[in-house]
Parts: sequence; C-alpha cells; structure tokens
Amino acid sequence: MSEVFIAGAGIHPFGRHELSGLDQGVFAARAALADAGVEWRDVQCAFGGSFAAGDADAALPRLGLTGVQFINVANGCATGGSALLSAYWAIKSGEFDLALVLGFDKHPRGSFNPAPADMGLPDWYGELGMMLTTQFFANKIQRYMALHGISRRTLGLVAEKAFANAVHAPHAWRRAPVALDDILNAQMVNDPLTKFMFCSPSEGGAALILASPARARQLGRDQIRLRGAAMRTRVKGSFEVFSPSLDIERGPSPAELAAKAAFEMAGMGPRDMNVLQLQDTESGAEIMHMAENGFCAHGEQEALIQAGATRIGGPMPVNTDGGCLACGEPIGASGLRQVYENVIQLRGQGGGRQVPGNPVAGYTQVYGAPGLAAVTIIGK
Amino acid sequence: MRAIAPDLFVETPDGPRLQGGRRREGGGVVFPLPQGGERAFYEPVALSPHGRLWSWTVQRFRPKSPPYAGDEDERGFRPYAVGYVELPGEVIVEARLEFGEVEPRLGLLMRLEIVPFNHGADGVLQSCYIFRAEGA
Repeated sequence: MSEVFIAGAGIHPFGRHELSGLDQGVFAARAALADAGVEWRDVQCAFGGSFAAGDADAALPRLGLTGVQFINVANGCATGGSALLSAYWAIKSGEFDLALVLGFDKHPRGSFNPAPADMGLPDWYGELGMMLTTQFFANKIQRYMALHGISRRTLGLVAEKAFANAVHAPHAWRRAPVALDDILNAQMVNDPLTKFMFCSPSEGGAALILASPARARQLGRDQIRLRGAAMRTRVKGSFEVFSPSLDIERGPSPAELAAKAAFEMAGMGPRDMNVLQLQDTESGAEIMHMAENGFCAHGEQEALIQAGATRIGGPMPVNTDGGCLACGEPIGASGLRQVYENVIQLRGQGGGRQVPGNPVAGYTQVYGAPGLAAVTIIGK
Repeated sequence: MRAIAPDLFVETPDGPRLQGGRRREGGGVVFPLPQGGERAFYEPVALSPHGRLWSWTVQRFRPKSPPYAGDEDERGFRPYAVGYVELPGEVIVEARLEFGEVEPRLGLLMRLEIVPFNHGADGVLQSCYIFRAEGA
C-alpha cells in the first residue's frame, strides 16, 4: 500500500455568488492544480460531486477534454468526503500517481426540503412537518444538554467563536463577529437553537490534489500526508435525521465509528491532533461531535468550552475558519473545505487564525443525511 | 374526518393506537408499519398510547411545501412542538407534541391523541396523531 500525500489544495470562497456552482468548482480545481504545480493534463483520475449544482464532470470542457477517468460521486452530505475517499483509495492502491478531488455546490435559500419518497419514507411524514434536518439537530442537542449538563450559554459560545475565527478566513462567508448576547437573544429557529446557532445552505467549491510518494517528492510537495480516511453509515440504534422511530436500545453514531477507523489507519489518537474541523451544522453538533470523535468525554465540553479550550490558542482548536456556521454548507464542498483548512494550518499559512506552535496533525469530520460521517487525518 | 394516511393508526375498544410493525424474524418494533415490499417481514402491532418524553423542540418557521401540507399560509403559521416519545418496551416514536402550560422536560408522561390536521386535495378534513403531556 502506498502512502498518500496532499500535494495541492484550492478553494472558491463560500457564501452567495453570481457565479454558477460549477464555475466555483472549476475555480477551486484550477487553484488546487496551481498550488500543486501540475497541469490538468497530468491528472490521471478525478472524483467529484455536487448535491444541487449538477454533475461534477461538467467541469471537463472547462478544465480540458483530456480523456481523464472522471467519476461523479453522489453521497448525500458526505459527497465531498466520499470523493476524497475514492481518490485516497486510488492512490493508496498504487494504481495512480496523481488524482484530483473536486466538490462544489449552490443551494437554494432556506432549509432543505427533500421528498419523503427519495428517502424511503411515507408522504405523511413530510406532510405533518416532521421531516426537517433542523428539528433533528434540535432534538439531539436538547436531549444531550439534559443528560450531560450542557448550558445554553455554551451553545452560544460555539457560535461566537465561529464568527470570531471567520474574521481571519478569506474563504469564509460570515466574517463579522457577533456578540454572545446577540446570539443567545436572536430569533429562535428550533428550540434551543437560535438563528446564529444554525449554519445556512450556501455556495462554494473546494479541490485537492492527491499524489503518490514519488510524485509528491518530484513536485516538492511531500510535506503533508493523508494518514487516514474513513466513512461510515448509520448502524442500528443511532439517532439520525428523518427517523419516524428509534430503537429503545441506543447504539454508536456513524461519527464514532468513522473516527475509530481513521485513528486506527493513522496509528494515531485524539491527543495527537493539533487542529480539528468538526461538523457544526449547528452549535450543538460541534459540542456532541467533540465527544463522538473521542476528543473528550460526554459532558466535559461544558467546562472545556467555557475555558476557551476550543478557541485558536486553546489545547484543542475547533473549526479555525468558522466551520459551517460561518462558511455555510455547500454540501459537495463542505468536507473538502475542512481538509483545505487543515492543509493551510499545517503549512502555517493561517494568518490571523493560525494555530500557534507549528501544528503537525489535523482532523476533519463531516456528518449529514441520511446518517453518515466521514473523517480524515492529515499529518506532516 | 379521515386519517392523513391509512394504516398509520387504528381504532380499538380502548381508543386509538399507533400501528407499528414487529419484525417477524428477530423481533424489534418499528413505526410506522412498513408498506410495500417490506410489509411482509412485519407483524402489525398496536402500540401503547402512553409514553415518556425522550426529546423535544419547537418548529418556529413554516416548513417548505412540499412536503409540508398544513392548511395555513406563512402568516397563519403557528409554531408547533415536535419530538420523540418512548413507548415503554416498544419503540421511540416521533410525533407532534402538545404541552399546553406544562414545562417540557425529559421523562414527562405523554399520551396519544388523534386531532384534526388539514384538508386533503379533495377538501376532506384529515386527522393526524399527536402526543399530549399529561395535565396539558
């Protein structure tokens, strides 16, 4: 099995733009190619996807019709993560030396409204107004707060940190700080979560170039390894979006399973990670994912966050570019944005949001519908 | 008034019951009773009308239509509580909830009720199930 290097990373700023989703993806792809110092014709295989902005291989006429093996990936909220996983496997197998990973999206405003039948659910479930992702996240954190002693103020602090970090992230969408009281007192969306505690669907593109050790050395881009990448779907007993019923006997979440797998692949543990990008669809998700990914015990988040542990400069910086809360969530690009941010951090190029002390290992985790999580671990 | 979907709940001498399914092999209860190809693997089971609050939230904005099919428009929308109720020894079901003046908290006793919900495409009044807090 070959080692896998991240030779290049590129991004189109997240937010709302005139540009089509596809063009934002192409922008990111070109940026990643330039960053790696390679030409599009050098790429041997490519994996890409979007959820709502068309087929990723529509990028081919723009990038160049080189005959490259391009595979469209569609995997819900793990579309970007799954494209990355596919390229990781391709390089790791030894079959290829240079691969492109591409994700982009452009969503309509407001909450997602999938058709129940597309998720294998009866129509009445949607008709009654129970098929909303925001309700799932609110229900999950409401119970979690009661069981593990998480306060509303801590929910607010997560959002306050996100916007404070994003001030220094050129690719973020919402780059103005928001005061804690404004977050806590804002319009309630789904109790206990206010509008500043939820991310919004947005637009953006992100791309990575993966390379074999030989190719990475040749390019002088052999500093950052992709040490582990794993994706897991829901198991019996996990609490997931769009669930008309749940088993009384509870089970592990897909994030817990993906985290365990990725740490084993990397031969590393939570304490080895210097910078974390955790899925923060809303403030509570970031809090719960800290524990699900193994970075603390359930309930410890309350003291950790109150003490500033997850801020830049703290012992476990989380979502250094503001995460989904500040960047929005263009589904196809969101997981790749997390990896991009860790690449920037490990290179020491984070500017005002740079994690001090020369971070050498970074962790990313996406979660989403219909109940899946994808994790990456990169390291110097 | 007719149910918003057939097989969602059944009338019994003791009042309405949600209809779940017990897997014929290996047991385990799900709600609703699966339809179509999956139906054959499940035995219909009338679920307990009493349970305890497992989690809850309030839907503060009108969901997009489709799929939401409430009669009211944006201006007429009233927030509604929605969450999960654990039916002891059976399954945890998702439902619209009614708390009245009762303060929601985990473990609160809840009971099943059938209430009017909307009008179908043919103008007929349709009912849905909710769980109401004891004392609400």
